Amino acid sequence: MPLNIRTYHELTEPDRSGLAGQIAAQRRRVAARLAGVGRVVAVMSGKGGVGKSFVTAGLARALARGGGATGVLDADFNGPTIPALLHLPVARCTLHDDAIEPAVSPEGIRCFSMALLLQDGRPLGFRGPESESHVWRETLEAATLREFLADVAWGALDRLLVDLPPGIQRFQELADLLPAPPAVLTVTIPTAESRDAVRRAMQFARERGADLLGVVENMVDGPFAGDAGEALAGEFRVPLLARIPWHPSPDVWDGVARRMQRASWE
Amino acid sequence: MKFLCVECDRQMLFEERQLPGDGTLAAAFRCPQCGRAVGLLTNPMETQLVASLGVKIGGTTIDPQPLETVRGMVATGREDAFEDGNEDGTWETGKGKGPVPAWSREAQERLTRVPSFVRGMVKKIYADYARDRGIAEITPAVMDSARSELGLEGM
Repeated sequence: MPLNIRTYHELTEPDRSGLAGQIAAQRRRVAARLAGVGRVVAVMSGKGGVGKSFVTAGLARALARGGGATGVLDADFNGPTIPALLHLPVARCTLHDDAIEPAVSPEGIRCFSMALLLQDGRPLGFRGPESESHVWRETLEAATLREFLADVAWGALDRLLVDLPPGIQRFQELADLLPAPPAVLTVTIPTAESRDAVRRAMQFARERGADLLGVVENMVDGPFAGDAGEALAGEFRVPLLARIPWHPSPDVWDGVARRMQRASWE
Repeated sequence: MKFLCVECDRQMLFEERQLPGDGTLAAAFRCPQCGRAVGLLTNPMETQLVASLGVKIGGTTIDPQPLETVRGMVATGREDAFEDGNEDGTWETGKGKGPVPAWSREAQERLTRVPSFVRGMVKKIYADYARDRGIAEITPAVMDSARSELGLEGM
């Protein structure tokens, strides 16, 4: 005779452990910290090596030059490059009671990155049992993203750019943590292979309710042939914000910033 | 994760948490009706998975510290990444209702074994814990109690 066991959702008494309450408090902390941020923009691609971080840094500089209060969260924890691209000074992180001060670039861009915390040349390693680390490592990286959002004193920003690693996993974590899905700026290179990979990422972001701001085609007029930027923009009915040459001038980035801002308003 | 006393059909309540220091965790839950207790024992991987979520079985009584999970879990962090050590040799005093606690020599010695990447945060957590409870001196025994009560695995 089977035991009569109530289900999880039928047990509604408080149990003094409050795991669900702790998770909810984490979400509230993220929302409170980002209350002063006008818009969170995820810079993403389904493809590695297309220059997401390069585009993020160039765009952040242009937004800052245009007078916008700009932040960059480097969400590529295993290959963080934003501090070097923004020429951030090497400094210790300053703590206040409930937050860490972000590093500030010469142009006034507020930034936080795993590169500010790691030993030179060492990969990101976590304490814990080596065996079965595949079970908990992704969860720990999601917790890292949450803390970078919630525990850094971002302050009042017009835009917080989030530089994502290749793939869609970190975008999903970001969308789960924010009160609303982030806007998305997509980066591709001209090739058909990149187009196919980026298409999947854009589709995923749209299905999650993200606002697709447009496509940036990077590494144009070089060895990569194709029209991925134009094809993706047409397919998703979003603007092709720029075709970035190998050695872009500041004017090119200023143009991307202007067009992205226009796309944000429309 | 919830525990049900099937005989009484009552949800069991969290009672106590223990961290033996080997990566495992023990938590006791008790039936409010019949008083029967069960122990939840997690292996290191399971303990790590829960810790990775940034939550503590049994909850906690102090506010989370900035980047608490990152500082507690990253093993390859720079020694001088954070500006929270007291350069003048004084010890972190923490916040709380009670008097500023002193640190025993043994407690100070034990803290020096904590990686500096996380040491400042650990000092503050212990000081907060002591001040909230009116503890005048932080000793290794106080640190052990704080670890279990607050669920500070690895600290």
